Amino acid sequence: MSRPVVAIAGNPNCGKTTLFNGLTGANAKVGNYPGVTVERREGGCSLPDGRDVVVLDIPGTYSLSARSHEEQIAITAVAGLNPIREPDAVVVVVDSTQLARNLYLVRQVLELRLRTVVALNMADVVRKHGMRVDAAQLSRMLGGLPVVPIAAVSGEGLAELKQAVARVLREDLPAALPELDGAELRADVDAVVPHVPEAWSRGDNARRAALARWALLSIDPQDELWDVPPALRQAVLERQRLAAAAGRDLDQTLVAARYRWIDDGVHAVVSRVPSTLRRLTDAVDRVLIHPAVGFLIFLLLMTVVFESLFTWSQPLIDGVDGAVSAVAAGVRASLPASFLRDLLADGIIAGLGAVLVFLPQILLLFLFLSVMEDSGYMARAAFLMDRVMKAIGLTGRAFVPMISGFACAIPAIMATRTMERRRDRLLTMMVVPIMTCSARLPVYTLVIGALFPAPHEPGGTWLGFFSVQALIMVGMYLFSTVLALLAAAVLGRTLFRGATVPLVLELPPYRMPAPRSVLRMMWERSRLFVTEAGPTILVCSIGLWLLLSFPRGAAPTASGPGAPVAGAAADAAAARAENLRQSYGGRLGHLIEPAIAPLGFDWKIGVGLIGAFAAREVFVSTMGVVYGVGEGDQVATPLRERLQHETWPDGRRVYTPLVGLSLLVFFALAAQCMSTLAVVRRETASWRWPIFLFTYMTALAWLASLAVFQGGRMLGFT
Amino acid sequence: MITTLAALRPGQTAVLRAVGGERTWRRRLLELGFVPGTDLALVRRVGVGDLLEVELRHSRISLRISEARALEVEARP
Repeated sequence: MSRPVVAIAGNPNCGKTTLFNGLTGANAKVGNYPGVTVERREGGCSLPDGRDVVVLDIPGTYSLSARSHEEQIAITAVAGLNPIREPDAVVVVVDSTQLARNLYLVRQVLELRLRTVVALNMADVVRKHGMRVDAAQLSRMLGGLPVVPIAAVSGEGLAELKQAVARVLREDLPAALPELDGAELRADVDAVVPHVPEAWSRGDNARRAALARWALLSIDPQDELWDVPPALRQAVLERQRLAAAAGRDLDQTLVAARYRWIDDGVHAVVSRVPSTLRRLTDAVDRVLIHPAVGFLIFLLLMTVVFESLFTWSQPLIDGVDGAVSAVAAGVRASLPASFLRDLLADGIIAGLGAVLVFLPQILLLFLFLSVMEDSGYMARAAFLMDRVMKAIGLTGRAFVPMISGFACAIPAIMATRTMERRRDRLLTMMVVPIMTCSARLPVYTLVIGALFPAPHEPGGTWLGFFSVQALIMVGMYLFSTVLALLAAAVLGRTLFRGATVPLVLELPPYRMPAPRSVLRMMWERSRLFVTEAGPTILVCSIGLWLLLSFPRGAAPTASGPGAPVAGAAADAAAARAENLRQSYGGRLGHLIEPAIAPLGFDWKIGVGLIGAFAAREVFVSTMGVVYGVGEGDQVATPLRERLQHETWPDGRRVYTPLVGLSLLVFFALAAQCMSTLAVVRRETASWRWPIFLFTYMTALAWLASLAVFQGGRMLGFT
Repeated sequence: MITTLAALRPGQTAVLRAVGGERTWRRRLLELGFVPGTDLALVRRVGVGDLLEVELRHSRISLRISEARALEVEARP
């Protein structure tokens, strides 16, 4: 027999996730609800009577009403509509300090006739402020339902909560609460009731009426609901039309009836709300959402986040790189030369390294994100950035992912999870990869260093003071930022149209984040990245390695134990360059040359671009191999000189400043990062968006480089 | 005095009279407790975002000032 399912529902910021963590310990399974990218978490829990149950986390919501498929998950999972199994019991977590608003969701759940327990969270806060919340009275108000005071943060009351869950699982459903509908509303509900499918209502009249009310509040001509029977939709739209014609306000009547019941009952439950409750939060907010000071603090905080992703993560990244190289070297030294040895060392182990190398930045970003989210600061950040982000058609919450994109698109794309609307998430994911990530820097450094004069060279300064090289680097950052904002504005008005939603934002009281929740978030994100985006990255990097290494030329492989003498090293480098030329990748470079020649690139750059698909910085080492100047960390300087002297067959220089500029623009815009594409696939649960991302960015890159190169030539530059 | 939520002074209290606006947004507001007859108070305005913060039923909700014009209130002096 399968284990009973206990669903945990609650408003955002009510402590639901903390309770879920407390009940399930460290072993939650994280996935998506079917058909949407709404996160689904479940874990096991043992009840005091020895029964094991599955605890299912329902996305935080103020109401079960829905207009989109994403919002619909709440009703589908709570009521157990197809394809989700009906929970055997529901725990509704409520914030005792904001009981009235939280009771709205409780009322909706109760109307659905489910075995329900109310977890009265924040018992510690209530006690500390001398507030009184009468659990027994609340239980009476809710028709005898178990109401258990808890403090999810400290684990207080969890044992009693489990007992209450065990009890309701054994008992019969309590009697339905009295209905609240007046005569007119009753008529509306009755008109819709016959069209509520039997599979939804399961023969229960009160539940059928509850689902009719849900349909009346949720369905409208433009909704994006899923699996709503046409007859039900028809009946609801007809009823809404009739009500509107009669001047009746269905939405308001339905909601107001519930709030009248709440306001009547809650007086006897909450006796005193002390003014100290909000004092600290208000004091902090006077600073943190102050138009000037708050803004400054936010920018300062973002600088710290950026700095940590960019600089502080570097030792960790180097550590991962070092460990991976050491393992690969160990394999190479201990196995005889063979295809399998090379596959293991250069394909598989290097590929695993390409996955693991992102973990430091993911861990760091989610450390900041979960502290910001759990403390209540994220809502303030969204508040502060609302106006700026609204101007480009995004929400305030898109700001953190955009900034993170300057370090690396992978964690930035994962950070879009904090956004509520699917449109906002997708739009942000589509523009974040344009931001100048740290992987572009080695390429920019090489190209700028090779093709533009250094400050001590003629023409190396501008106005006698500014270094031209530095100006170009700054220009690349500006260019990518402007382009990303432009792309957001354009995509937001075309592909992702949809009105910028009016803002309704809750500013929750500040709370100390629980270290356990923060660590858990960091662990879960990293695990998901490795298990779900990891395989794609691994397969792509092995594929790229095969592409650039096969078929092997006649030249002997250069690597091997024993230090080669200087002459041999040069021979080996030449042999590797020859190998690459003969490889499928080398041929592919020739093949795409006609497409990239108008941008000023030859086939060798083409090979570099193919290699850069593994990760942009690979361009540098691939070019090192192409030109036979060796590999590894020592490649940059000789490569720079080699590039300066490379010529076309007719003696013209291949790498002119104009070609350099075209190359920089191409790297700024092209989606040359399989890991980004893999992570977009994982976050959107489809191939559609990574394919779109790759296509539009690469097309944009090609066009922009074309404009730079051809335009530059027309203006007389070479 | 009948006015809109956007016109309240910080600290001023009022009774909500009517909620207008686009349906999804309006329904969200209603379900957060913005039903006519509810007491509320304007906590503060925030300049940068052009937002205001409202307290009702011991919850704090923020709205854009431009959008708060759709909420009609009877202000207390």
